Amino acid sequence: MASPTKKLAISLTVNGQPVDGLVEPRTLLIHFIRENLQLTGPHIGCETTHCGACTIDMNGMSVKSCTVFAVQADGAEITTIEGIANADGTLSALQEGFRQMHGLQCGFCTPGMITRAHRLLQENPNPTEEEIRFGIAGNLCRCTGYQNIVRAIQYAAAKLNGVEFREAAE
Amino acid sequence: MIPGPFTYHRPESVADAVKLLGELGEEARPLAGGHSLIPMMKLRLATPEHLIDLHGIGDLKGISRDGDRIVIRAMTTQHDLIASELIGSAVPILHEAALLIADPQVRYCGTIGGNVANGDPGNDMPGLMVTLDASYELQGPEGTRSVAAREFYQGAYFTALEPGEILTAISVPVPPAGHGYAYEKLKRKIGDYATAAAAVVLTMEGGKVASCAIGLTNLAETALIAEDAAKSVIGTSLDDAALKRAADAARAIMTPAGDGRGPAEYRIHVGGIMVERALKRAAARIRAA
Repeated sequence: MASPTKKLAISLTVNGQPVDGLVEPRTLLIHFIRENLQLTGPHIGCETTHCGACTIDMNGMSVKSCTVFAVQADGAEITTIEGIANADGTLSALQEGFRQMHGLQCGFCTPGMITRAHRLLQENPNPTEEEIRFGIAGNLCRCTGYQNIVRAIQYAAAKLNGVEFREAAE
Repeated sequence: MIPGPFTYHRPESVADAVKLLGELGEEARPLAGGHSLIPMMKLRLATPEHLIDLHGIGDLKGISRDGDRIVIRAMTTQHDLIASELIGSAVPILHEAALLIADPQVRYCGTIGGNVANGDPGNDMPGLMVTLDASYELQGPEGTRSVAAREFYQGAYFTALEPGEILTAISVPVPPAGHGYAYEKLKRKIGDYATAAAAVVLTMEGGKVASCAIGLTNLAETALIAEDAAKSVIGTSLDDAALKRAADAARAIMTPAGDGRGPAEYRIHVGGIMVERALKRAAARIRAA
């Protein structure tokens, strides 16, 4: 018989690797990822579904993993910031963009920001500046004022599209 | 912030979910997108002993046309609504409103069923559904029934849902071809609930308003249908005097609470402005077509 304290078995794929876990129903996905899987890239920021620091990619959607139970991820395909780099270990276009464009200062929001931007560029490979800003509206950054984050995503979009990154005229 | 303990259930049919709700009683809650319920559980403002996750139920998803109505199954997400060409062409105001809800991550999870069934006066879709005169399909131990959105809301978080019932679908009459529409939402920042918002669907003939419905969000304990305001613009060309009359008629039924979004007086003031702007923009859409 099911009970609130009995742990449930879940199986999912995280960054391409099959993963099994035992979780209480109330375990939040972010806690499972950080504590059970020891993937501490996704951060716990506000814990109230606002800041986006805990953003992961789940079944092709950007999800705030502080607002999903781990049991709900049974069978899911998940990508965290640890799975964003290229297969050969080099930086992905987005990671390179954040480095080249100085898209971070303290870096706390960066894993969520890059993971969200990853999905945004899958859905819209050539976004306008406005679309980028609307698309990352669920991720808060308290350092940069977003300007360099937007440039970093523009840099990545250009690189993925095989064109030279050009800054828009001021 | 960790939710209290609960037992997790994942039924595979609506019938099983209804059966579980009936057996487990008041300590059981259905879990849709979870983006209202889980934050409440983390704050321990909600402590359900059982969660009945509706994600395993295949026939609770999807959007289809049924004659002159659009049927949106309850677990359809805001993201699905935005991606739907059927919604974009037949009921575009829902497309416009869904883009103003929360943020991208929340829209991937948040469902239309949860949004309308929760009874939260801050949610946007109830205001849209009363404007469109939609009806809700409810399934419970006694079978299924249909309740008009305009009859569904009784108070903040109080609705016509009986214990053991689940909202399974929303049926929206398709507005006439060539109608004008607008949803005007004033909010402090992206992702916020409305300080005040107004939905308008209207038709015009010969430059005059022929039919009009106006709904209001977060300006009372429930979404409101502003009947007098809508009637007051019929037969007018929406000149400044008509807009002002409509705004004043709408203000007369607003009873918002004062909160972090401003005192009641302010919210009533801007609520009228949202009505004026929505009327103007809806009419402009017709004139531009």
